[in-house]
Amino acid sequence: MSVTTSQLTLAKAITSGLRHALADDNRVLLMGEDIGALGGVFRVTDGLQKEFGADRVMDMPLAESAIIGTAIGLAFCGFRPVVEIQFDGFIYPGFDQIVAQLAKLRYRTGGAVSMPITIRVPYGGGIGAVEHHSESPEAYFAHTAGLRVVTCSTPQEAHVLIRQAIACDDPVLFFEPKRRYWTKGEVTEEIADAIPLQSARVVRDGTDVTLVTYGPLVATALDAAAAAASDGVSIEVIDLRSLAPIDFPTVEASVRKTGRLVVSHEAQLSGGLGAEIAAGVTERCFNWLEAAPARVTGFDVPYPPGSLEEHFLPGLDRMLDAVDRVLGHPNSLTGWTE
Amino acid sequence: MRSTMAGHDPREAEFLGQEDFVQLVTPAGERIPSPGFDPWVADVTDEQLADLYEDLSVVRRIDTEATALQRQGELGLWPPLLGQEAAQIGSARALRSDDFVFTSYRENAVAYCRGVKITDLLRVWRGTSHGGWNPYDVGMAVPAVVIGAQTLHATGYALGCAKDGVDSVAVAYFGDGATSQGDVNEAMVFAATFKAPVVFFCQNNQWAISEPVTLQAQAHISERAPGFGIPSLRVDGNDVLAVMAATRVALDRARNGDGPTFIEAVTYRMGPHTTSDDPTRYRDRDELEEWAAKDPISRLGALLDSKGLLTDELTARVTARADEVARELRAGCLALTAPEPLTLFDNVYATPHRGLDRQRSQYAAYLAMFDGGAE
Repeated sequence: MSVTTSQLTLAKAITSGLRHALADDNRVLLMGEDIGALGGVFRVTDGLQKEFGADRVMDMPLAESAIIGTAIGLAFCGFRPVVEIQFDGFIYPGFDQIVAQLAKLRYRTGGAVSMPITIRVPYGGGIGAVEHHSESPEAYFAHTAGLRVVTCSTPQEAHVLIRQAIACDDPVLFFEPKRRYWTKGEVTEEIADAIPLQSARVVRDGTDVTLVTYGPLVATALDAAAAAASDGVSIEVIDLRSLAPIDFPTVEASVRKTGRLVVSHEAQLSGGLGAEIAAGVTERCFNWLEAAPARVTGFDVPYPPGSLEEHFLPGLDRMLDAVDRVLGHPNSLTGWTE
Repeated sequence: MRSTMAGHDPREAEFLGQEDFVQLVTPAGERIPSPGFDPWVADVTDEQLADLYEDLSVVRRIDTEATALQRQGELGLWPPLLGQEAAQIGSARALRSDDFVFTSYRENAVAYCRGVKITDLLRVWRGTSHGGWNPYDVGMAVPAVVIGAQTLHATGYALGCAKDGVDSVAVAYFGDGATSQGDVNEAMVFAATFKAPVVFFCQNNQWAISEPVTLQAQAHISERAPGFGIPSLRVDGNDVLAVMAATRVALDRARNGDGPTFIEAVTYRMGPHTTSDDPTRYRDRDELEEWAAKDPISRLGALLDSKGLLTDELTARVTARADEVARELRAGCLALTAPEPLTLFDNVYATPHRGLDRQRSQYAAYLAMFDGGAE
């Protein structure tokens, strides 16, 4: 078998994954706003309508609840809809259909009805966008039983995971880090099955601190690890990929080795996934921990205007500050009291 | 009838000129002619009329028996359909088995017509399930509790039928209150845009819990659909024949590729919203009496009587069937017990889920402590 490897942006790697899914199974449908002639506002569906027809790649009226709700009806009828939500902040009008309907239909029907629906959501900040265009709503969905929540950080993962998500018989929220859409990387299309949908990945080995993150911050975490290495601190970076469920065994193995945990995400702190990971690791690895886990996240404010987002988003320096905290080195909280 | 088929359906001319709504049988049981709709029920034989009478009577008995079971503490809750029998039976008996129905939680007569087992109607209300049946066995989804959510599922299902090239139709049942919801309006946008073979069947039973229909709509609800490009019909919902005729018109349009139709069945909820509420707090006796005079069962009974069909034999047959169903319902209810504890974790995901599998294993171990494992 010939191996097809090419340099693709993360966006195009998803396009390629969608193309494979459409070609492999004629029950797969793409649904969303502007996904046809325009190819989506981020061009992720570029060319697919031309290739597969308007009956398979469907431009929908502007109503998120209806896009999700009709996808549910189509799934009832045996189709595998792949829905594009144009921007993260526009998912809320579809929230009820996702958490109250989609997530529960299998449970409610005693397993009789499958909901193999993938909901693609460009998410996160860093592109200087206007309000409602840079949100990180993943925790709402990770909190909801019946849903799977997945994200990606490299073109190869994006390609494989979108195909896995579409093949999965459960509903999957597929969060695409929009500021990494233009990151290029090598994509091998033949390894579609190589990444199980609920597995985390150790991106960089280390011995002193475990830094757990996902999506857009994986690249930032790798930069932080490289910077720390020059100071003699060895950071192990884990890309979660699956936010629900979380691959705790991978995280646990790392923390048992390093004894220290930092979790970082762009989403707001309170009730976020960082809390879930810190609690889960503490329950599992309390006796191995040398310090309290630290979180580096967005603040508990609405996503700020573009000119302030560099302060809101965890950057390399804030990550390293948290690394200093778990190592007991002087840091921004040294001497700080409530 | 405020026919709003204008410009959408060649049969429109036949429908115009009628009264406020389509009616084929008066409250006194008199059969009145309707050039537009008579052909749609011309095939209904005397025997089938008697069967409809049995249906109406049996589902009323199901309703009163279930209400009694709730009062006796055997059901946590029950949403009575008392008064709405004709709207549900007339529409559901017009369907084919390969059509698919998406309902709210009051459509127990629809479920009865679809072949849902009597006992399965009670599972949700006895707290042993969130559903009660396999939707694919009966062509009916499990009820949606969030108001109006199911109209989108029906529209999506209808889209699927069209894509598959079959002439099955999806039917969405909802109430007058639901028409205020965004989902119902979005469903109409989508159905019209994609010409989905879906019938929107609104039972306007005048009350959304304690809120009168005037709080939801300032014009006939049926008048909204044309604004979405969907023709609509307003029908006497307590007239089983008229409902059947209107539903057949809508189904025929859908099967022929003419897209969605909206039906407003004007009816009345004679009982409470559910057994938890107290309608005497929000509606008066006069209104109840006015609607009692329009009762769907006595109306069809009067029609049958006028044709010499309401014989002692028919009455005895219907009573016997209702008694039998009520016995079955009661026995089935009492036999419904809580599922095994670990089934709590079943059917959340189709594929293995690491976190949930762990919780199941841990809880299983916890429960095992009580089987002699723990001191």
